[in-house]
Amino acid sequence: MASANAPAPASPGARVWRRLRRRRGAMVGLFVILTVAIVAALAPWIAPYDPVLQSWTTVRKPPSAAHWFGTDELGRDIFSRIVHGARASMLAGVISVAIAIAIGVPLGLLAGYVGRWVDVVISRVTDALLACPFLILAIALAAFLGPSLTNAMIAIGVTATPVMIRLTRGQVLAVRSLDYVDAATSVGNPPPRVALRHILPNVLPALMVQSTLVLASAITSEASLSFLGLGQQPPAPSWGSMLNTAQRSLTTAPWIAVWPGAMIFVTVLSFNLLGDGLRDALDPRSR
Amino acid sequence: MTRLIARRMLQLLPTLFILSVIIFLLQRLLPGDPALALAGDDQDPRVIAEIRRQWNLDLPLPVQYGYWIADVLRGDLGQSMRLNTPVADLIVQKLPATLQLAVMALLISLAIGVTAGVISAVRKGTIVDYVANVVALAGISVPNFWLGIMLILLFSIHLGWLPASGFVPITEDWRTSLATSILPAFVLGSHFAGVLMRHTRSAMLEAIESDYVRTARAKGLGEGRVVLRHAMRNALTPIITLGALEFGSLLSGAVLTEQIFSIPGFGKLIVDAVFNRDYAVVQGVVLVTATIYVLMSLLADIGYILANPRLRG
Repeated sequence: MASANAPAPASPGARVWRRLRRRRGAMVGLFVILTVAIVAALAPWIAPYDPVLQSWTTVRKPPSAAHWFGTDELGRDIFSRIVHGARASMLAGVISVAIAIAIGVPLGLLAGYVGRWVDVVISRVTDALLACPFLILAIALAAFLGPSLTNAMIAIGVTATPVMIRLTRGQVLAVRSLDYVDAATSVGNPPPRVALRHILPNVLPALMVQSTLVLASAITSEASLSFLGLGQQPPAPSWGSMLNTAQRSLTTAPWIAVWPGAMIFVTVLSFNLLGDGLRDALDPRSR
Repeated sequence: MTRLIARRMLQLLPTLFILSVIIFLLQRLLPGDPALALAGDDQDPRVIAEIRRQWNLDLPLPVQYGYWIADVLRGDLGQSMRLNTPVADLIVQKLPATLQLAVMALLISLAIGVTAGVISAVRKGTIVDYVANVVALAGISVPNFWLGIMLILLFSIHLGWLPASGFVPITEDWRTSLATSILPAFVLGSHFAGVLMRHTRSAMLEAIESDYVRTARAKGLGEGRVVLRHAMRNALTPIITLGALEFGSLLSGAVLTEQIFSIPGFGKLIVDAVFNRDYAVVQGVVLVTATIYVLMSLLADIGYILANPRLRG
């Protein structure tokens, strides 16, 4: 028998956090993500130089005390450009995922909960969009919308939407026939309330894991589009566009190519580590 | 089984139809009047009127789609405005290089991913397993355009072992072809090798703990035979499906790889078309890539049906 002063059971969020904390990889990932986010937010105060300031006296200088990561083909400080480039990457990741969630979750809920012809239409369009390779569709959208960071974010967000629709629909189908949903319906709750108050919270854990993984691929996609010249436009810094220009100086100044790619790699790896950790922490089989 | 395959083929029709509508509507994303956007710098009213007529832009949207899809079904994907060549001809010209690259990337990723996955599962919990997992996650996370640049730095610039760019078709000179395409194929396959390793590992772990493997061990078979003949054979069925599905994604990844290694393939075609506002080429490439992707998923399903005795009926 439980005593009167026994500690209250931990909330589901606290339980997940406790399990997540035990996963070293996920915690390292979370630490790196938070660091990159803080660097992106405080970029103007952290960067020692103006990221677009050109200097003909410091063209292609190797790393030194004055320029920690060296300088590029226009004499710009690479460290400052990396710090400011973090903004474009994090912003692109977060906004793309927000677009995918904002469109994908309501449509997935609608398809899974309403069913019938609504489900057929939404599912068929989702299948068609999923049949289009992610990067090719993003390139085509960015090409037709015009090259800019905003359009790249829209293109990546729209391209990632079908994944969110399919995931939400699948989760809704899995829980909508459960007893507690039947009970909520039978006591007279209107369908939108059942969908939003009773079904959606059960979809959230899977969405959280998927969002982390989509964030990782959104950051890679933004870098890819910027690398191709379809994302962030020069002279504004972005890790992808920095790699594009670095290609021209590979033999004379290889350090220009090392840092932006390493940053994309470490950030994407961190999101993947966190996503894996979250999935394990939320998966009842791993408890 | 035949009915199952036929039903799966019929299910593809609505997907292909919706896909064609989406790709057709891409052109409508052009800001403002598409005819003006297509005319580019040439704002002569006669040129714009000609473009409107040539692209059927003066007709209602469903009629425009009807004309467009009828042409597509006849194999006419339009005309490249920059090269003044039929888009279908350009695609036929460029596709072999990309296909060669994608097939090589698939073989490399299968060799690395499946081997590492099997070893990792058999040595679960050891340092080998840990290292394989870390390498797989790194393969999944590394941006392939950066990996390409780093490998060019190492193998082409520092060591001078392999060429940094260029492409020779395998039908011309297989030795030079391998030398020019081994780096790009490795770069293109690195992501899938990581994905495959993780899938193979979990499928193998499941197989190793199953009753039939326990029975095989109880019969006194050697561990190598148990792993290779019993566990791996069953674990590899989903891998076949994954391989077929991933082939379409490799075509997409080739865009970046071809750009880095200057390979005159499909990916380079779409990127050049984007920068030259050659919208018919962009549409054509997206349509063909998506169709290949859909057909590969059909092949994956057929492969799964054929490999699964319960579905073979």
